[in-house]
Amino acid sequence: MLELRDLNVHYDMIHAIKGISLEVKQGEIVTLIGANGAGKTTTLRTIAGLKKPSSGSVLLKGQDITAATPRQRVQMGAAMVPEGRHVFTGMTVQENLEMGAFLRRDKRAIADDMEMVCDYFPILRSRRKQLAGTLSGGEQQMLAMARALMSRPEILLLDEPSMGLSPLLVSEIFSIIRTINEAGTTILLVEQNAGMALQVASRAYVMETGSIVLSGSGEALMESDEIRKAYLGG
Amino acid sequence: MEVLLQQLVNGLSLGSIYALVALGYTMVYGIIKLINFAHCDIYMIGAYLGYFCMTSLGLSFFPSLLIAMAGSMVLGVLIEKIAYKPLRNAARISLLITAIGMSLFLEYGTMFFVSPKVRTYPALSGFMTKSFHLGNVLITMQQIVILATTVVLMLALQYIVRYTRSGKAMRAVALDKDAAQLMGIDVDRTISITFAIGSALAGAAGVLVGVYYNTINPLMGATPGLKAFVAAVFGGIGLIPGAMLGGYFIGIVEVLVAGYGNSMYRDAVVFAILILILILKPAGLLGKNVGEKV
Repeated sequence: MLELRDLNVHYDMIHAIKGISLEVKQGEIVTLIGANGAGKTTTLRTIAGLKKPSSGSVLLKGQDITAATPRQRVQMGAAMVPEGRHVFTGMTVQENLEMGAFLRRDKRAIADDMEMVCDYFPILRSRRKQLAGTLSGGEQQMLAMARALMSRPEILLLDEPSMGLSPLLVSEIFSIIRTINEAGTTILLVEQNAGMALQVASRAYVMETGSIVLSGSGEALMESDEIRKAYLGG
Repeated sequence: MEVLLQQLVNGLSLGSIYALVALGYTMVYGIIKLINFAHCDIYMIGAYLGYFCMTSLGLSFFPSLLIAMAGSMVLGVLIEKIAYKPLRNAARISLLITAIGMSLFLEYGTMFFVSPKVRTYPALSGFMTKSFHLGNVLITMQQIVILATTVVLMLALQYIVRYTRSGKAMRAVALDKDAAQLMGIDVDRTISITFAIGSALAGAAGVLVGVYYNTINPLMGATPGLKAFVAAVFGGIGLIPGAMLGGYFIGIVEVLVAGYGNSMYRDAVVFAILILILILKPAGLLGKNVGEKV
């Protein structure tokens, strides 16, 4: 589904991503964990096309999309939920969901999908006419995820969906991530909450200062001493 | 009372022109956070395009208006592509200085081609010369046409921004550029559309002002441009309804000051309003500092 080959990304003089390679297979939940500043968000932004890599390639469904625009990537089936949600605060919940389906023309199917995402996140249904800026943080996270689903993605890129949420909301969000995956969407999940991420993920990569230092199945990494010490608090 | 009504009628005409120009300032600011100083010169070039359509081509008012709008639209898009787009990721001050340079280039470039002399708009004929008396209040057909054209353009703008795909894309890019890209919105194209619409409105204002005040010259954009900018800030820069409100407010205030006070003071009063609004309500009359919940 998605592959990164020897990817390098720079911010001016700073070498943020240092030659990483990773793969996400169809139907998987793969997580990318690591400390703040490890380069996880940059990796996702590069996959979504918001940041141009200095070398290396990004492949989506076998096609090289390194030079593709964000728009083309959405058309090919990749959708991203950015860190910090980035909902359109001055638009209503309904309008935000419509923006998610911006590239689609099939009005009927869009309406159906709107019902579908409201089934995932029932709170959104009751807030349809409300401005997104007036939602709570958890609701905004749900809206951002619902909005991304409105493009009918084959792969969903999630950046820190648990950030700033209460433990109860975090487990709700993770259970929905699992549901979305079971419905057939491949997921690449970036998280600082390594414990939760490793529980839902089939495989995981660990990033440190721009490089991938460890990878393996979610369970195996949870057992690993190194990971327990560094990310799981013991 | 009749004097007041007469002044209000005059104020609505002037306010329409400010509002049309202010819309372009506010839309461009909303989407790329640039005060487009060249905007007032697009208004000037719109006035010249209308002038040449009426004189050299002998066209009547409405075809001239449409051609001037189309020409201004093309000019606005070209300016953005040539001068502003290469600076998309540069510091904002570079962009601002470029806009000032572009403004001077347009003013003195136009002067080179059409000479600095003041030109007189051709006298209108037919129904455009009619006028009406409501009691002692005189309403000219020109004033009606100015107001009607402005209202139609504003309604069209509201429709575009609210209901069309391009309009929704414009709002999305203005609110959050990264998120808009993630929705698959083509940001460059959306910025071009914004310049196109704003410039067309300025071009229309240019023709209307030529018809209303009769004389045009290559530097005619500077003062009305600043006042339209004040109007945009007054209403809340970046907000379309704010620009409309601000335009009419500034137009009416200016006419009232000239009518009841001293016409020498009218510019001073407009800029005093700018200072007051910046002190008392920097986000503008309709602007809110929307707190974001986290």
